[in-house]
Amino acid sequence: MTTGDVAVHVKDVSHEFGEPGDAFHVQALQKTTLDIRRGELLCLIGPSGCGKSTLLNMIGGLLLPSSGTVEVGHKAVRGPLPHDIAFVFQENALFPWCTVLENVKLGMVFQGVPKSEHDGRARKSLEAVGLKDFMGHYPAQLSGGMRQRAALARALSLETGILLMDEPFGALDEQTRMILGEDLSVLLSRTDKTIVFVTHSLGEAVFLADRVAVFSARPGYIKEIIEIDEPHPRKPGFVTTEKFAKLRNMLYGLLHEEIRKAVAQTAMTGPLT
Amino acid sequence: MSAASQERRSKLASRAVQAGFLVALLALWYLGTTFWGISPLLLPNPVRVWAELKDVIATGEFLPDLKVTLSELAIAFAISSTSGITLGYLISRSPYLIRVFEPLVAGMYSVPIILFLPLYVLFFGLGPGSKIALGATISFFPIVLNTIAGFGYVEKIFVTAARSMGASDYQMFRYVLLPAAFPVILTGLRIGFTITLLAILGSETIASLAGLGHRIVHLAEAMETARMFAYIAFVVAIAATLNTITSSIERRAKRQ
Repeated sequence: MTTGDVAVHVKDVSHEFGEPGDAFHVQALQKTTLDIRRGELLCLIGPSGCGKSTLLNMIGGLLLPSSGTVEVGHKAVRGPLPHDIAFVFQENALFPWCTVLENVKLGMVFQGVPKSEHDGRARKSLEAVGLKDFMGHYPAQLSGGMRQRAALARALSLETGILLMDEPFGALDEQTRMILGEDLSVLLSRTDKTIVFVTHSLGEAVFLADRVAVFSARPGYIKEIIEIDEPHPRKPGFVTTEKFAKLRNMLYGLLHEEIRKAVAQTAMTGPLT
Repeated sequence: MSAASQERRSKLASRAVQAGFLVALLALWYLGTTFWGISPLLLPNPVRVWAELKDVIATGEFLPDLKVTLSELAIAFAISSTSGITLGYLISRSPYLIRVFEPLVAGMYSVPIILFLPLYVLFFGLGPGSKIALGATISFFPIVLNTIAGFGYVEKIFVTAARSMGASDYQMFRYVLLPAAFPVILTGLRIGFTITLLAILGSETIASLAGLGHRIVHLAEAMETARMFAYIAFVVAIAATLNTITSSIERRAKRQ
């Protein structure tokens, strides 16, 4: 992995919903600066409403910052960049009226891939996520974990340099997300993608990330960035090592206070989303 | 016994009860008119009605009236579905327009539009024009409302996902909005179709020059009750066929 190279440059980015003085005015993210290295997997972790998903959406051009700039490849982001950035969303972002294969192909239609490449690329990415035998199924016929695999295949088939994942396993049960995490680590060790991964789970962050950015409670800023120095693909046994426990506890220590603050905020103002 | 076969069995049982009910009704009708002295002017004997029905079909006497009714139905439905879907789509494009027009249209839908028939007869005459206008007006509302509901409430995540992958405006419509809205719109079209037929038959019985509804009133006034019943049975069969066709189209399209 080359670390010197910057894939995404986030500079003094703030975001607020509504105008100051509004009843619904919320400062979601304040003056955040962050360099995302080419080829790394960066986890964003923090309490609910801290602005980590907001930051992800601003990197992907789905949301524009209230102030500051996001640069991808030295160009300011002003909207979606389908050729550079692909998304995996939390759940149910597959089109229910299309089969798994059609979903993957439709992504390539939107991105503008020549039609002759659709089939080969779709099959390759579905095979990579282990859904070769379910290409003809509709999303409703799949389990939650399989749906997220399909969504991942759709994102992979777009062959972008950057992959943004917004709590992709958030709605899954503990065991499914463990397996998916292991598979993801193996899968991604074979690519040189830059990945930003939003999660609530301490274990998931330590297991997957090269670096973990810990957010404060609202208004969010990056409190600390922790390096996870462990080669990919991570072995399932990594979870049981002392190193893992230490890192996880460190994250817990950093987060605990912020989560308390966030819960108190929510009790006063109601949830952000 | 498996759950599926049990379900099939209970479905079969309720079908049998339904059929039994209809047979009992028919038997009562037969007994009442044959043995219990109900006047054939009020309720003709089912055997006579059956004979009349065979005659109506064999002579092809129904054809001109059927043609009038069906063409009124086709034109009215074409008008209401194109205008309803177009207008519904335009309204659905803005949350503000939805907020303004959805309650307005829903409110107008609850007005008994049949009351406009005298006005339509004044405007468009006693011929097909007034029937088409009434049918189109009545079915316009459910079609608009369902189109707004279909296009206006597409799950945001689908639009966001498509946008992130670079979908153009046309692709967004063709591959996301339209398939997401389609089942809901289809329901509106089916409801619209059914009430267009009702409105047209109904208005033909009130004021008209031709059509199946007109024929039925004409026979009633001539005291030809048996033939009138034959025509009613004929219309019921036509309506049931059309509704079965539209429902099965809807089901098939929704299955995916």
